[in-house]
Amino acid sequence: MNFDDTPQEAAFRETARKWIDANAPKEFEEELSKSSLGRIRLAKHDMVEVGKAWQKKKAEGNWACLHWPKEYGGRGATPIEKVIWQQEEGVYGKLTQPFQIGEGMCGPTVMAFGSEEAKRRYLPKLASGEEIWCQLFSEPSAGSDVAGLRTRAEKKGDNWVVNGQKIWTSGAHYSDYGLLIARTDPNVPKHKGLTMFFLDMKSPGVEVRPIKQANGMQEFNEVYFTDVVIPDSQRLGAVGEGWSVSLTTLMNERMSIGARLATGVPEMFEFCSNLMLEEGLAIDDPAVRSKLASWAAKSNGLKFTSYRTISALSKGERPGPENSIGKLVSGMMLQDIATYAMDLQGAAGVLTGSDEETVQGQFQQMLLSSPSMRIAGGTDEILRNIIAERVLGLPGDIRVDKDVPYNKIPTKGR
Amino acid sequence: MNFDFSDDQKQLRDQARKFLAEKCSPKAVRVVLDGKAPYDRELWKGLAEMGFLGVAIPEEFGGAGAGHLELCVIAEEMGRANAPVPFSSTVYLAAEALLIAGSEAQKKKWLPAIASGEAIGTLALFEGKGNPAPKNVNLTAANGLLNGVKKPVADGAIADFAVVAARTGSSGRDSDVSLFLVDLKAGGVEVKSLTNLDPTRGQAEIIFKDAKAEPLGAAGEGWSILTQVLDRAAVLCAFEQVGGSDRALEMGRDYALDRIAFGRQIGSFQAVKHMLADMYVSATLARSNSYYGAWALSTNAAELPEAAAAARISATQAFQHCAKNNIQVHGGMGFTWEFDCHMYYRRANAMALGLGSLTYWEDQLIDRMRKKNAA
Repeated sequence: MNFDDTPQEAAFRETARKWIDANAPKEFEEELSKSSLGRIRLAKHDMVEVGKAWQKKKAEGNWACLHWPKEYGGRGATPIEKVIWQQEEGVYGKLTQPFQIGEGMCGPTVMAFGSEEAKRRYLPKLASGEEIWCQLFSEPSAGSDVAGLRTRAEKKGDNWVVNGQKIWTSGAHYSDYGLLIARTDPNVPKHKGLTMFFLDMKSPGVEVRPIKQANGMQEFNEVYFTDVVIPDSQRLGAVGEGWSVSLTTLMNERMSIGARLATGVPEMFEFCSNLMLEEGLAIDDPAVRSKLASWAAKSNGLKFTSYRTISALSKGERPGPENSIGKLVSGMMLQDIATYAMDLQGAAGVLTGSDEETVQGQFQQMLLSSPSMRIAGGTDEILRNIIAERVLGLPGDIRVDKDVPYNKIPTKGR
Repeated sequence: MNFDFSDDQKQLRDQARKFLAEKCSPKAVRVVLDGKAPYDRELWKGLAEMGFLGVAIPEEFGGAGAGHLELCVIAEEMGRANAPVPFSSTVYLAAEALLIAGSEAQKKKWLPAIASGEAIGTLALFEGKGNPAPKNVNLTAANGLLNGVKKPVADGAIADFAVVAARTGSSGRDSDVSLFLVDLKAGGVEVKSLTNLDPTRGQAEIIFKDAKAEPLGAAGEGWSILTQVLDRAAVLCAFEQVGGSDRALEMGRDYALDRIAFGRQIGSFQAVKHMLADMYVSATLARSNSYYGAWALSTNAAELPEAAAAARISATQAFQHCAKNNIQVHGGMGFTWEFDCHMYYRRANAMALGLGSLTYWEDQLIDRMRKKNAA
């Protein structure tokens, strides 16, 4: 048991470190280091533009999407090399946020189901950040039950005509292409009537509208489709096979290993170390210590769980299911920590400005944003179902709509 | 990075699991649970023959000289099997104290006897309520004689010798405490069995009246040695707790697949599935923290105090959580003496107190994190 690299890994790390040292946009290092809890703030620059420049540079050095095959814009690196790269990329990895859905979900789906021509046309530009991709799955009435989606695609000659609405599409407003799942046959049970496509986001009839979120920010979009034409050559997988294609996409989403999720623990530890309560420092208060210790142990547990996964990759093994707990644990913890920090602030905790008493309102922001952590990318409840069914082997839920044609499923109006 | 046990260590774990499945069935545990024996003598003998008792004891003292990672994998299996033997008292506490602070003669006398199963040892630290603290040590030592009362002492009624914490000063500092070795079969020692949460591991009161004792380690070094012993034992106990958590989770899962209610397996209800998923989450966090503790223990790393506290907290919470919800999944059947659920519930809650309570270790973790941040 050790934390050391193998000689090959050490050599790879050295190469990566040298390249990053010579090429990284160091002018943003400080700002990026200060950006925490998944929110990146660059005061004077557009994050997407800065991200694109870094991604392009990486592509020129063969470091973009490095675990992809060379012919599609990657480096042919192993999974452990990808993890080492992420560790070395450090704060600059935050700049890759606009490309993560493309790299993690859209790209792998195109790689698995696209034609050779499509792969060579689209993947290298996705890898280099020249073209950004988004994912069009969720709908207003199809979230956890994404197979219940309503957006229709109808065949007209060699084309498909799409009508409907998607929601929670991050980055739709700056994306060039989108991965779209739509219903092509409403007369069969819901999982069987779906088909996967990709489309040019600049196609006529595509309208992107930002969503004002519960926390007051705008990071996601609604996307409306009105008679949008997609050539059949942009279909991924067979007609009616969209559900199994989407499972590939979602599996890749959950494979994103080494991505360290924010827990709020370092922020809370620092806050409690400096906060004066009536009886003294918060961190000397027994009740505070008890909670803080439990959170710290959980947060350490997540870190060492990811180390176990990385170790499996290092040995060329398939990682175990343990990595599936990350988002479930960190999402709830963020919310609990924010609530407790504000409790310690007392009356001033209600303020959301840059007040000294609330350390510039960081926990207030955390409180308002944390519900999305427990919903996006699989709700806590869906994640528990996944653990129960795929890890523990418990039976799936009884699905009353499983064998019913989609257009006969009771609904609140269609 | 190789943050995992080696193939040899995993093989040892399989070997221990197989051995315990055969020699330490729930039926065998129940012999001790029902008070028909103070501990499982046959199993203890078998553990010695397998080399498990002395796995981390150097060869020159009659052990296998393997190491603490090997001891961790065995500990996990002991927890999984709920073994009714004085393994933690003898191997994690007494043997570790001897390894850290024992003289050559003391090691020669006791370590081979531990490895061969001839001697059972324990740590006599607590004096009634309270957590580990120098101020809670009131038993006195003077002129090589101990006077005072220790309780509860795990496995005290079956132990041959004890490492005893005694007060040798009154400065109000940690250096007021010294450690002593006492032959419990000699004069001046009176032992009473106490009923406790987990009858598969005995607890006792030991009354020392001019009991002869020899110093273990230097005078005034007792608290510093004890702190090290408790940290090391915390990691090893965490592995027992991880083994127990996994077993409780499996029992719950198996029952949820087997039991039919409302015309379907109860494991198909989300209320039950989510409860089991949460048990898996706790058990996984505990395992990962314990692995870090194992690394720190086996390399004697500077991170051991923090790693041990985090492992202890995580494993205590996981075992309590899994054991209590295992009963919940079982419903009424889980509350019968006949079903094994309560044995894990008892063990989980007894273990949560054995080296100091959860609150104590939470306090320790914060102190240790602050120390690290300040450094």
